[in-house]
Amino acid sequence: MRAANRKRNLVTAALIAPAAGWLSVFLVLPFIAMLVFAFGERAPEGGYQPAFTFAQFANLPTRATAFWNTLMLAPAGAFLCLLVAYPTAYYLAVKANPRYRLILVSLVVVPFWTSLLVRTYAWMYILGSRGIPNLLSMIGIEDVRLLNTPGAVLLGIVYGYLPLMIMPIYVSLEKLDRRLLEASADLGAKPVSTFFGVTLPLSLPGVMTGVALVTILLLGEYLIPQLLGGGKVFFIGNALVDLFLQSRNWPFGSAIAVTLVAVVVVVLMAAMRIAWKIAGTRQVDLV
Amino acid sequence: MTKWYRENAPITAVKLADELMRLKRGSVSRRHFLGVTGLGLAAAVLARQPGLFNSTVFAGDLGSQMSIATWPNYHDPATFEAFTAATGVAVEVNVFGSNEEMLAKLQAGGTGWDLFVPTNYTISTYVKLGLIDELDMGQLPNFDASTENARFTHEGMVDGRTYAVPKNWGTTGIAVNTSKIKAPVSSWKDFFEVAMSEADGRTMVHDYQLTTIGNALVSLGYSFNSIKPEELAKAEELLLRVKPHLYAINSDYQPAMRATDAWMTMCWTNDGAQLNRDMPEIEYVLGKDGGEIWTDFYAIPKSAANKPAGYALLNYLMAPENAVKEHIANGAPTTDSRVLKLLPEEVTSNKIVYPDEASLTPLEFGAAVTLTDPGRAELMARFKSA
Repeated sequence: MRAANRKRNLVTAALIAPAAGWLSVFLVLPFIAMLVFAFGERAPEGGYQPAFTFAQFANLPTRATAFWNTLMLAPAGAFLCLLVAYPTAYYLAVKANPRYRLILVSLVVVPFWTSLLVRTYAWMYILGSRGIPNLLSMIGIEDVRLLNTPGAVLLGIVYGYLPLMIMPIYVSLEKLDRRLLEASADLGAKPVSTFFGVTLPLSLPGVMTGVALVTILLLGEYLIPQLLGGGKVFFIGNALVDLFLQSRNWPFGSAIAVTLVAVVVVVLMAAMRIAWKIAGTRQVDLV
Repeated sequence: MTKWYRENAPITAVKLADELMRLKRGSVSRRHFLGVTGLGLAAAVLARQPGLFNSTVFAGDLGSQMSIATWPNYHDPATFEAFTAATGVAVEVNVFGSNEEMLAKLQAGGTGWDLFVPTNYTISTYVKLGLIDELDMGQLPNFDASTENARFTHEGMVDGRTYAVPKNWGTTGIAVNTSKIKAPVSSWKDFFEVAMSEADGRTMVHDYQLTTIGNALVSLGYSFNSIKPEELAKAEELLLRVKPHLYAINSDYQPAMRATDAWMTMCWTNDGAQLNRDMPEIEYVLGKDGGEIWTDFYAIPKSAANKPAGYALLNYLMAPENAVKEHIANGAPTTDSRVLKLLPEEVTSNKIVYPDEASLTPLEFGAAVTLTDPGRAELMARFKSA
């Protein structure tokens, strides 16, 4: 028995090794480098020089707005994505004609074949004076400004990240056991209460995955605020690009990155724990 | 090119005719043709004779591609196409928004650029940091120091050695769409006032510390190059006050100005000339309270992977007959009197491109210290993230 156990452990270790190696080289090592940088100083010509100081962390409040924008707009963007994605995913998984389902689902993924940069430039044109405002001026509504506004940034976010929200929800709805819906109806529940009592709770794991996925990616976003926000609505990602590529202040950039990672880990773990608890208990109640 | 032992050896008449016909059909590259027929070698030998064949383009192996880092709307695309046609070297163009960004990329290493276009105030720092090569002037026979205007070119030299040769000079002024803005704009003081009133939500500033902070300083009556903490604090206060009224913080302002999404912007000579040429209602004004005058140079990074191609393109660009096309497309004034002679009258008489001496007097060249000053860098970063 013990030999078998040891063998199983060896197999497990062998299976995990590539991923563990990958993560330690490409995630842990850079993170350690970042930590070291964060306690250093900016060299006179820019870059990093060794030191041990907390000055970078003391300077964090000067980026409060960027932190605030990121920590507010990322969940808000994810929530907006969810509002648009859920009905879409529901339609695809439950209502759509199975014959066309595959085509419809692939249509959701197709935009990913083009770079987000190109698609965002397209939005710059649509929202700019020659796009929608031009059409509006034809019906007498003058001087509407859409580009370089917080609204444009939110629109860009929803547009860019929607497929990432639709797919996990679609998957969780697709494997929904139809007999549960029939049972709910047989027991006299109206469609609306079936939806809120059965369908929605069972799709929560997908919803949580989607929200987490989109939120995490949004925390690092910088392209959309830059292009659709005119570089005025600053995210942490923009602050980082700025510090590394223009101010050449690597230590401060590293301190911000480390702080962001810490905040995200804490917030996300708390959120996921609560969310899975809700989803988990409901599931037990139902099945 | 092949490394076959008969490469560049004499060719039979039949084979020459054969290759010539293939070249005419376009199925071989010019470089292949020159290599196979031995003309490449002949050209290379001739190139060493000064005055006989004034080009080193065909000497040595230039590889099949190179990369240049430069500014938006800065070159005639036909220039690079012509260079590729002449040498077989494809040119990859990287566009940047600020010298700070270029410096950061070079400091991080591995840019792959073989040639780039830094501005006057960065050269001494690049030399100090060992990021650029001293130029081997023997490889640039098309450059002629005696025809250059020293006012614009002296910062390409450090300790008597030439590290960069000029592309063109210019100014940083204000582009105003006069069909949208009625208030007179003739100074940086006006610029910031109009930005908060008539051009509210329609004004752009550069994503670039030198000019955005510099012009704010000028509007307050300080030097464009100030790094005094108390003056920078005043400039920051002004910039933070203006920020909610801005349309965007972006150095690539032509698209927004052309679409009339933006009505007023900080603007470089060449962009001002291009905008005014296509949309005469967009005027280009120099601040009567000051601002920037500049020279952009060509330099070769120490880390360049394909230096022969870098030199070949640089030498190609230094030939007056090639440079003149660049100037017509790009709109910026030349530092080279040979090019000036070739330019058409309507370009040299354009007051945007060649302003009178009096309007240049209040302008300042950027100072080297502004590039590395942590106070200015942090101010710009705070302004953007506010």
